[in-house]
Amino acid sequence: MQVMTDLFARIFGDGLSSLGLLVAGGLTMALIMALVMASCAIVFTWAERKVAGFIQSRYGPMRVGRWHGVLQPVADMVKILGKEDIVPRDADKPLFMLAPFVIFVGSLMAWAAIPFAPGFIAADLDLGLFYIFAVSSAATIGILMAGWASNNKWSLYGAARGAAQAVSYEIPLALACIPVVMITGSLNMNDIVIAQQGGIWRWHFLHDPFLFVAFLLYFVASIAEVNRGPFDLPETESELVAGYHTEYTGMRFAFFFLAEYANLFLVSCVATAVFLGGWQPLFGPVFLPGLVFVIKAVLLVLLQMWLRWTLPRLRVDQLMHVCWKVMVPLALVCVLGAGIWMLATGQAG
Amino acid sequence: MSETAAGRGWGGQDVRRELHSELLEINMGPQHPATHGVLRLLVRTDGEIVHGVTAHIGYLHRCAEKIAEGCDWRQWMVYTDRFDYLAPINMNFGYAVAVERMLGVQVPERAEHIRIICAELQRIASHLIAIGTFGLDMGAWTPLLYCFREREEILNILERLTGGRMLYNYFDIGGLRFDAYDGFERDVLAFVNIMEQKIPEYDTLLSYNKIFIERTADVGVIDLATCLAYGCTGPVLRGAGVPFDCRKDDPYSIYDRFEFDIPYGEGEQGTVGDCWDRYMVRMREMYESCRIIRQAVDALPGGPVKAEDLKKLVKVPQGSLYTRTESSKGEIGYHVFADGGSKPFRTKVRSPSFSNLHVIEKVGPGMMLSDLVATVGSLDIVLGEIDR
Repeated sequence: MQVMTDLFARIFGDGLSSLGLLVAGGLTMALIMALVMASCAIVFTWAERKVAGFIQSRYGPMRVGRWHGVLQPVADMVKILGKEDIVPRDADKPLFMLAPFVIFVGSLMAWAAIPFAPGFIAADLDLGLFYIFAVSSAATIGILMAGWASNNKWSLYGAARGAAQAVSYEIPLALACIPVVMITGSLNMNDIVIAQQGGIWRWHFLHDPFLFVAFLLYFVASIAEVNRGPFDLPETESELVAGYHTEYTGMRFAFFFLAEYANLFLVSCVATAVFLGGWQPLFGPVFLPGLVFVIKAVLLVLLQMWLRWTLPRLRVDQLMHVCWKVMVPLALVCVLGAGIWMLATGQAG
Repeated sequence: MSETAAGRGWGGQDVRRELHSELLEINMGPQHPATHGVLRLLVRTDGEIVHGVTAHIGYLHRCAEKIAEGCDWRQWMVYTDRFDYLAPINMNFGYAVAVERMLGVQVPERAEHIRIICAELQRIASHLIAIGTFGLDMGAWTPLLYCFREREEILNILERLTGGRMLYNYFDIGGLRFDAYDGFERDVLAFVNIMEQKIPEYDTLLSYNKIFIERTADVGVIDLATCLAYGCTGPVLRGAGVPFDCRKDDPYSIYDRFEFDIPYGEGEQGTVGDCWDRYMVRMREMYESCRIIRQAVDALPGGPVKAEDLKKLVKVPQGSLYTRTESSKGEIGYHVFADGGSKPFRTKVRSPSFSNLHVIEKVGPGMMLSDLVATVGSLDIVLGEIDR
């Protein structure tokens, strides 16, 4: 936000008070973040279909937009805008209508603390990492609301699974980040990225073996956190029809989709910032920081797509087993191991 | 309550726990992605645990057996196509064999060989769908598309051969409707060569995937006693560890001339008769089918493809006969009653999927909901054949 307020200060000079600067800068950043979210959903729906097509020896969209169906997401959006907004008769109407937006807003809020480039962060919070985990849990409430309000048994199943899964996987997700916080000594996202300055060997995931494991744990937990294959149990199209959003149509359905892809990019951005050096390049001085950051995050997203189109899905009890009996203990070991490593190498303050 | 949900691998949950909730009745189907057609399963669940399953069938009933009484003997062949629409040639085969046995007609050598090539191609096509959709039930999308890629080749060959891509109506009483096109052998051999290379690809992608094994091993165990009680045949019976196959144990056509093995479940990844075993039986049967096709193509003689002493309007001597053949789903039986006229007096079809499906009521209780989907998928049912 500093960048924006500086920009406004330069444009308007003394014409704006400090409060005015704050409001104007904040609003601009919020707008930019919403646009980033919408555009990443648009880009990733297309990318997902192309990746799936590539893996499955077919083309994916090819017609709209002349070159490899690049305008297909736009066509889909236009189509989905024209769809009837159906609310089932026996649905809990207010909850049903509100749920997609709760999920969306939870995702949008988390974007505020993502450092895309030096100074380019909507809210440079001292508790940035903590804040991200806190607000992204709001999506769970949205899933529960959607499943319950639809008054459909399959939706309810999806919602119950989704809530259980999201609540469980937040724990290894957060625990995996704790070693990084220990090393950096800060929850501020900017500080975490700056601590990784100086080439790939300074990035946190190569800091020590425990952090490497922590990175893998974070990656797996993040796939489960955003409900994607092989952990897409809330949707499980072969069992629960479409899970918690079975009854949704038109724009409301689109909001679930938007939130899903935005979340996908969000967890990848967090992984980039926390483990993969954020905007720091592989070597040498900082160069096009925003682009470097986005490239890293997009590579992680592509990796998640690759996994989704390769692996079968876990069963719900196996999912819980993996979380509580494998990932949480491993994450705790990582925290302990990273601490011992710091003591042994004399990094502990 | 059975202990099927208490697997040995990841997870596994004691279904006899103290905490119970109110039973929830759910209709899985007739419109549901996991029921492979218009099947309706009435499921009673306690949370994720299934307490009871009832299969409601009949949504595809088309009175095919009754219609037979109004058609002449040759005409009914068209209706047999529509039983198992994923393996119509295997359906034709059974009916043709049944009527020919009653007539005592000798089918020409060339026709027999082409019949077997077609039937085995069809078996591979049907198993490809079974494997692909089973993977889909497990949440693996990509194997389905790979299976369709290979199935497409089979459909192309059969299209060039018969003109149809789904329902062929190619077999006739006493032989085939017309001879194979030039280059048929070449196309078939080219396909078999590709197919044999692709099967290891499926194995790496799906069969030996850790998650897939966790989802299917020890799940939906159907033992031999259950198979016998419910009359299960085909891959379900062979998955339970019994190498029984009509092609070998009650040979029809010229299957006794070919060398092939009967794969059966050995409980490699879990218990004998679990979903993985049934899946793997199909996978290995595709290899065996390729072997049979190679031998049949090598031995393909020239000559006519129709029995010459048959009139256009067949009259079957009085009597009744039950004939069973091995379709891709199991043992398809035709019980045909003739009164000496040009029309069947009565036909009765024994559907393998019908017997296989109802096992779900026995093995279903105690499973988790996801395992129920897996088990139904591993039975490989086709509703067109159940309801007829």
